[in-house]
Formats: sequence, structure tokens, C-alpha cells
Amino acid sequence: MKMADEICSCLRGEGLTKIFGVGRKLTLAVDHVNFDFSEGGIVSIVGESGSGKTTLAKMLLGLISTTEGEIYFMGKKRDISSQKKKKEYWKNIQAIFQDPYCSYNIFNKIDTVLLDCIKMRDGKKLTHEQKVAMMTEACSFVNLKFDELTNKYPFELSGGQMQRLMIARIFLLKPKVLLADEPTSMIDACSRATILDMLMKLRDEVGMTIIFITHDIGLAYYVSDRVYIMEHGKIIESGSADEVILHPKEAYTQRLINDVPKIHEAWDLSTVQYSLT
Amino acid sequence: MKHTLEQVFHSGKFIVGFVIFVALLLVVIIYPLFITDPPLQTIGQGTFFPPGIYVSTYDSINATTVYTLNLNDAATKRVSNKLSNDDRAAMKEWLVKAGISGADEIDTTDTVTLLNLWAKNYDPTKQIPGMIFSQQRYYQRLNTSVSGILGTSGDIIAVTNPTTNSLEQTGIVNQSDYVNINQVANVRVLPLGTDNFGRDVLTELVKAIEVSLLIGLVAGVIATLIGLTLGLVAGYVGGVVDDIIMFITNLFTVIPSFVLLILISYSIGQANRGAVTIAIVIGFTSWVWTTRAVRSQVISLRNRDHVNLSKLSGHSIIHIILNDILPYIASYVVMALILQISSAILIEASLSIIGLGPKTSLVPTLGLMMNWAMIYQAEILGKWWAYFPVIIAIALITFSMNLMNTGLDQVFNPALRD
Amino acid sequence: MSKVILEVKDLTTKYITRFHEDVYAVDHVSLKVEEGKSLGIAGESGCGKSTLALSLMGYYFAPLHFTSGDIIVDGQNISGMAPDDVRKSILGNEIAYIPQAAMNALNPTQRTINFIEDVIHAHDPKVSKKEIYELARDRFEILGLPADVLEKYPVELSGGMKQRTVIAVSVILSPKILIADEPSSALDVTSQKMVIKMLLDLMEKGMIKSMIFITHELPLLYNVTDDIMVMYAGQIVEKATAQEAVFDPLHPYSKGLMGSIIVPESGLRNVKLTAIPGVPPNLKKPPTGCQFAERCKYVIPECKTHPIDLREIEGDRAYRCIFSEEYLRKAYENG
Repeated sequence: MKMADEICSCLRGEGLTKIFGVGRKLTLAVDHVNFDFSEGGIVSIVGESGSGKTTLAKMLLGLISTTEGEIYFMGKKRDISSQKKKKEYWKNIQAIFQDPYCSYNIFNKIDTVLLDCIKMRDGKKLTHEQKVAMMTEACSFVNLKFDELTNKYPFELSGGQMQRLMIARIFLLKPKVLLADEPTSMIDACSRATILDMLMKLRDEVGMTIIFITHDIGLAYYVSDRVYIMEHGKIIESGSADEVILHPKEAYTQRLINDVPKIHEAWDLSTVQYSLT
Repeated sequence: MKHTLEQVFHSGKFIVGFVIFVALLLVVIIYPLFITDPPLQTIGQGTFFPPGIYVSTYDSINATTVYTLNLNDAATKRVSNKLSNDDRAAMKEWLVKAGISGADEIDTTDTVTLLNLWAKNYDPTKQIPGMIFSQQRYYQRLNTSVSGILGTSGDIIAVTNPTTNSLEQTGIVNQSDYVNINQVANVRVLPLGTDNFGRDVLTELVKAIEVSLLIGLVAGVIATLIGLTLGLVAGYVGGVVDDIIMFITNLFTVIPSFVLLILISYSIGQANRGAVTIAIVIGFTSWVWTTRAVRSQVISLRNRDHVNLSKLSGHSIIHIILNDILPYIASYVVMALILQISSAILIEASLSIIGLGPKTSLVPTLGLMMNWAMIYQAEILGKWWAYFPVIIAIALITFSMNLMNTGLDQVFNPALRD
Repeated sequence: MSKVILEVKDLTTKYITRFHEDVYAVDHVSLKVEEGKSLGIAGESGCGKSTLALSLMGYYFAPLHFTSGDIIVDGQNISGMAPDDVRKSILGNEIAYIPQAAMNALNPTQRTINFIEDVIHAHDPKVSKKEIYELARDRFEILGLPADVLEKYPVELSGGMKQRTVIAVSVILSPKILIADEPSSALDVTSQKMVIKMLLDLMEKGMIKSMIFITHELPLLYNVTDDIMVMYAGQIVEKATAQEAVFDPLHPYSKGLMGSIIVPESGLRNVKLTAIPGVPPNLKKPPTGCQFAERCKYVIPECKTHPIDLREIEGDRAYRCIFSEEYLRKAYENG
């Protein structure tokens, strides 16, 4: 009972809508979406391409504007009307993207990348030794050695290492919310578990809320407490991971789960209907 | 960065272009150190002196040392200089038409007999049927030119005695007298002759290349800077700012820039048209292409992940544009600069050809030289040295710049490598 | 004992880089595919599975070079054949190959039926357009593709439809074996299911006699193929039936791979996914000894000293490890 009282809403959305385009050619990307992510929880937003999950993610991050609806952060209405307010907001919410090769500015060395994060956390006045100590700690958290990385460029590392470096950045930034957009889809299967474990560890240490955006329903089931299913801009089903995956109510969710090949359960191919499109 | 430079200097095309360009620059820098004459100084009285070595006749006659050389072919050379094969055939024709001899009796290769026959029989007053007036004049000139050609005596040098007003012989110039050209006081090499004003074409050309390169550089840099700034702002900020900038760009596209140039050039008046002024004018009217190109690159870059992450790190718009966008388009901008420079040179040339270029009395430009050659009908008169080297210079400049550009393109875009 | 459609013995192929270095992307690979059976090749990016697929066709273009080995298709040895001969007599009618993202190979300015005409005319210029149309229409009907796809341009078709079209066209001459390299990776789950069903239909209806399916997604292989072969750094590290490979892997790499499978099934949340630290070796300078030794949990010094051979055990299984079956099974039990 005490736990229930302590769980408070971290990020809440009411009637979020995003419409692209002008005049007659309008696209409804996100359609009156409501959600409530609690602090310290791990949430997945699952949808196929075109479901609006990426647009929703960008709205949560404050990278694109909302056409309608409100976002509440830690119970208060989010205000990102000025660059200063945006900077304040971004101290609390950060992101990891899908393609580690595109996430870095190829002209910046690894040192610059990490120092940038220290600066964002008001660390400009620290001494050089203190900064190096922080960077070393962040790198060892993700099983990388800072003294081997110094003066190198990110693209000299492997994909998995680059993604881990991204997590090291998050370790330095310590935001309240982390939005991970397909963080493992471009990583080898062997390294996937490492990335996921590190994200869990981060959540445990820092109490971060993690929002996974993915098309892989298996990943969503493995990693999250709550799952939200999106289709055509709407959240059509939500609940705890067990509820949604093991006992899906909506036909779309059922289809999503059935269409994924499984190992212990049969993958029923007889119900495949060849579509005419 | 170092790696990029290495690759750039490995590209064959870039190296060739670069070498040609540097050679031109070296010529422009080194030539004036040796030939210090002002390029627009008129040195020839008369038009279109052909290329060659000009030896002062006065100084060679009065040279300190006169050498005697007995060369076998000297006489023959002297004769054939004055008497070409066409002239011999013409002489034969006259003699035949005048009824002096039959056609097969005259041998045009036998110079002595032919000339003797001619000297004995030529009569300017004789009426030859079917001969027009200009042909008659031609024969008269021919006669004057060959008289005494077979003689072996030298020419007499005489001065007028101021008191008696009569000629007094001071010396004689023998046919075997030679002077060493190094001992002649005044010798001027004019590798490209003179133009219609009597100016040394080569010196003029070198100065013109320098001025044209300067105009190209100033105009190119201005155009690229404007294009880069407008393209970056329009592409990254988008929205209303983009619309306004695109509106202005479209205005400049729709109005032919050349017409605009002509109007501006005309309106600032002859007096104000210096080379740099023209360069600025060209720069301010040719930024359109660069703006468009930069803008489309920026639009494709602004949604990249690293830009988004940079935004999330709280960086200002200026920081993002300078650090996350600009380095990614830098190679593109370098190429755009090279293209703008070479096109500015060509635009100046076109303006000058129609007379709206820089003031003609201050400095020559490549276009101006073409303009003069055209006005004074150099090509009709066959005076190739007044325009052909200019064309080659323009071609070399644009060719070398385009080669460098293609070479760079292959370096920056690996898909184009062969 | 069914007929062997494809037999590969000790195939080695290499890439020659710009700096004239040799990279042995396929290192002494041997495999056998019988009639009516399908073989899955699993592995991660850079393990050489796509290179193996290219090499199996016998179609070599610089920088890929054939070094040694035999490729026997239905009794005919095609290794060392000139690329032009391969194209004329093998591709399409003996072996069909679908590369990754095959749907991008459709010419956007050509209708599907014209594309099919080109394919058939490349093998037999005499076939009339009417015959081609009828053959195509019949085939498409059997495979569940509507006949109007033939008249459409690629841009009018969805991703799943394009992929199915390409697959249908590649087997139009009824080749003996189909090699499919990641045929469903770029598609959403529903289209993926349709593509897989189509591939299984092809085998069932006899249009192809056997199949090689290459992917990094293990649950797919488990549901589609009879046997699975795991590749690492250009070598085969394990050969087994699908059931054995997924539930009883012997090689430490296979074990790690199978332990990292994520499927939405109950019980998944209690499983601890395995992770293998490190990265695959640089094939320009392959390590002596076992290629996996750097990353192996059970490594001993002898693993690194000399190359490890493929160890064959009963039931057509094989694995490449210095340890015995019993040792490995015990080690896995203990964790």
C-alpha cells in the first residue's frame, strides 16, 4: 500500500494530437492520445511503421510542437515556450536513438561528446581532473575504458560500443526520463542483452523512467512493466505487460502477437490470409 | 581532416587542375617582377604589330662592332624574302601576257634569268588586256621591291650636313655585315605583338589575368558568403523566414541576372566602374544557385539524429548551425566557391565584351581585351595574337577550376570515384 | 535417403580489398541439402552468411574471388565455372537467389509482366509473350498473388507484395533450390508471415525442391527450416536440426545466440538473456586457433594455439569446439 502512495506520475499526456500539413492535405499522425507514465517505471510504446509512435516520441521530447493536448511533467503542466525553458526541460528528459552511426556528430571526438554532457549538468567550473574522473566513471558503467577512448572518434568504435557510449552520456546527464527509440534494432543479438541490462541498471541506480519505442513486441514484453499499443495514431490497448501480451483484448494486438514467430508456442501459419494489397 | 587532405591530393584530376592554376598564379606574380612596364602603356605607334623580336634598326646600323659573316644561303634568303613563289608566278604571267616570251620559255625557279628578263622588259605604262587597276598597282609595288635585289653592293649611310644641307656619306652597310643582337642597344621581344592601341599584348594579358582572377575571387567569395548565409538560415529555421528568403531568391531567379547586371552597371556610370566595384556587383547578383543548393542540403540535414541530440543538449540555434550543420556541408561549399569564382570571371568577360565592364583606362581585364579585339576587328584582319591568347587564358582558368572541382567532388562523394 | 540437391565441399572464397589484402569471408564451408528439406543459416552481421549465399551461386565478381572447393548442384559441379555460363545455365533454372531487400531490384519503370518476360527471355528467347503471361498468371494464382499485379508498376505495390512478387518470379523456371537472404527483414510482421507462408508453399507444391534460408532471426529459422547451421567469422560452428540447435546448442557461440532470443511468450520475463562480450574478429588478421576464443566463457589456453576442426557426432550433427559433448553440456548446466 505504501508503494502505491509513493508512485507518482512522471509524464502524463491528455488528448495529445499532432496534425501535419496545410490546407487540404492534412495528416493525422497522433490522435488524442492519453497516457500516464509513473516515476521509475519502464514503459513500451509498440506500433508498426506509420502508427505515430515516432511522432509521439518527438512530441514528448519537445522537438516538435503539439497541435492539441497537454503534457504534464511531474504533475505540472509542461512549459517549453522559450529556449531557456526548453533547456530546463531537457535537463529532465533525454533520448537514445536507433542508429548509433547517425547519433554522433562525426567531427566531434569522444571527449567532446562526454564533456558536453558535463557542461549541461553545470559542470563547467570543475577542474580537469574532476571532469576526467566523471568521464571515466561513466565509461566504466558501460564497460568501456575511457583512457582507451580518449582522442578517438565515435565512428572508430563498433555499433554496440557506440550505443553503450550513448548510455554513458545518459549516465552523466542523469535525466528523470529517458526515451529510447528502437535502441537495439541495429545491434547484434549478442550485444542486445548488454544494452538492455545497462538501461535497467541505470534505472535502478538513478530512478529514471524509461520509455521504449519499438515495433518488436517481444522486446516490449521482456523489458517493460506497462505496454501501450499504438495503431494509426491512437493508443488502442494498454496495461501491464502480462495483461497485454498474454491476454490481449484488441484484435490488432492479437494479430501483432500471433504474427511473430515463436519458439515454445506454435506459430500458426494456416490462418494467413493473403492480402490483395 | 588530415585524411581528407591526403585524399584530395591523391585525386588525379584535382592535381592537374591545381597545377595549372598554380602555374597561372606564378606567372601573374613573377612576370611583373621582371617586366616592370605599365601594362596599358602604348608602345607601338600603329596597330597590331605581329609577335616577334623587334630590333632597333638605328642601333643596329650604328652598332659598335660589325661582324662579317659569309653565308652561302644569305643571297637566296634575301631574294626569297622579297620574291615569293606567288610573286614569281605573277611575274611570269605578266611577261606572258605582255607577249615578251612564251609560257614554257620562262622558268620561275631560275631567279637570275627571271629577274633580268623582268628588269629589261617591265613597263608600268604598258597596257595589258584584262588587267585591273589593283593588279597594275601590285606589279608596280613588286617592281619597286625587287629592283636592285640582285645587286651585291651595300647601302650607303649618309647624314645631312647642317651647313651645306647636302648628304654626306658616313658609312656603308655591306650585305655581309652582321651585328650581334646582344650588342644592339634596343631590342624588344614582343611574344604576342601589340594590340590595336599599340600595347604589349603579353604584359597586358598577364595583368588582365591578375585582375580577372581578383574580380573572380572577390565576386565568388561575396556570392558564396551570401548564398551560404541565406541557405543556412532558410534551410534550418524554415517557416516564414524560409518563405521570405525563397521569395527574394525567386525574384533574383526570374529576373535574368545578366540583365540586372547590365542595368546596375549602366546606372552606376562609367566613372564609378572600377574592377572591384564590378566584382561586388557580380557577387551581389549571382548568389542564387548557391543559396538553393545549400538550403536543400541543410533541409536534409536538420532532421538527422545528431542534430536532434544536439538540440536536446540545449545548444542554441547558432551553435547547431555552426557545429552540426556547417561542417557537414563544408565540402559542398568549397566546391560552390570554386564554381562561383570561375563563373564570375566569365560574367565579367561577358560584361566587358559589351562595354559595361570596368573602366577601360585603368586596368585591362580578359573581357576588355576581347572587347577591344572585337571592336577593332582583329579576327577579320587575321591578327590572331590580339584575341587568341586571351581565349586560351580564359579557357585555362575555367578548365583548371572545373578540374579541381571535379576532383574534389570525387573525394567528397565516394560514389563517384572511378 | 533422399536425393542430395546441393552439396558443398570445403568451399573457400575471399575478398580482395583495395589494398590487395585477402579477406577469407567463407572458410572451408561444407554442407548438404536434400530434396524436400530446407536449411537455415544463422549468424550475425559480418559472419559471412551473405557471402556464402553469393558464393553458392557460383557467380563471382571482383572483389569476391573463388579460391577452392566444390559446389555440386544435382550432380553437376559448378565451381570454377565462368560467370557467363553460370548465368545462362544455372541461375534461374537450377539455383534461384533472392538477395537482401530484393524488392528494390524491381525496375520502377517496368510493369511486372515485362520484368517476367525479361527473366524468361534471358534463358529461352523463343518463348512467346502469350505463353509467358499464362505461365505467370497460373503461378501467381497458385501462390495467392492476384493476377492484376502483373500489370502494375512496382510503385503501386506494397512492400510485402513486392517481395512476394520477386520471390514468385525468381522461381518461375522451377529451380531445384532457392537461396533466400533475409527475405522478410524489411517487412512488418504481417507481411513477413505472408512471405514465409509463400516460401513454405513453394516447397510444398513442388515448385522448388529445397531451400536455403539465411537470417539473423532465430525464431524464424526454427519455424521454417528443418536444419540450422550457425556461422561465425566465415566458418561453420554448428550444424544440427532446428530443434537441436535451438534447445540443445553445443557450441558456446550458438548457446549464447540462442540465449539471446526474445519472443513474446509467457515465461520470457523470467529468463535472463545472455550477452556475449566483445566483437567478432577482424577477418583481415584472423586469430590463430579458435575464432571465438576471445569472447568465449569457457576458453582455455589450448583454444588459441591451433585451429579447431569441425567435430562430427551422431545424427548428422557437428560443432567446432575443442571440448567434448559431455564437457560442454555439463558446463552449461553449471552456468
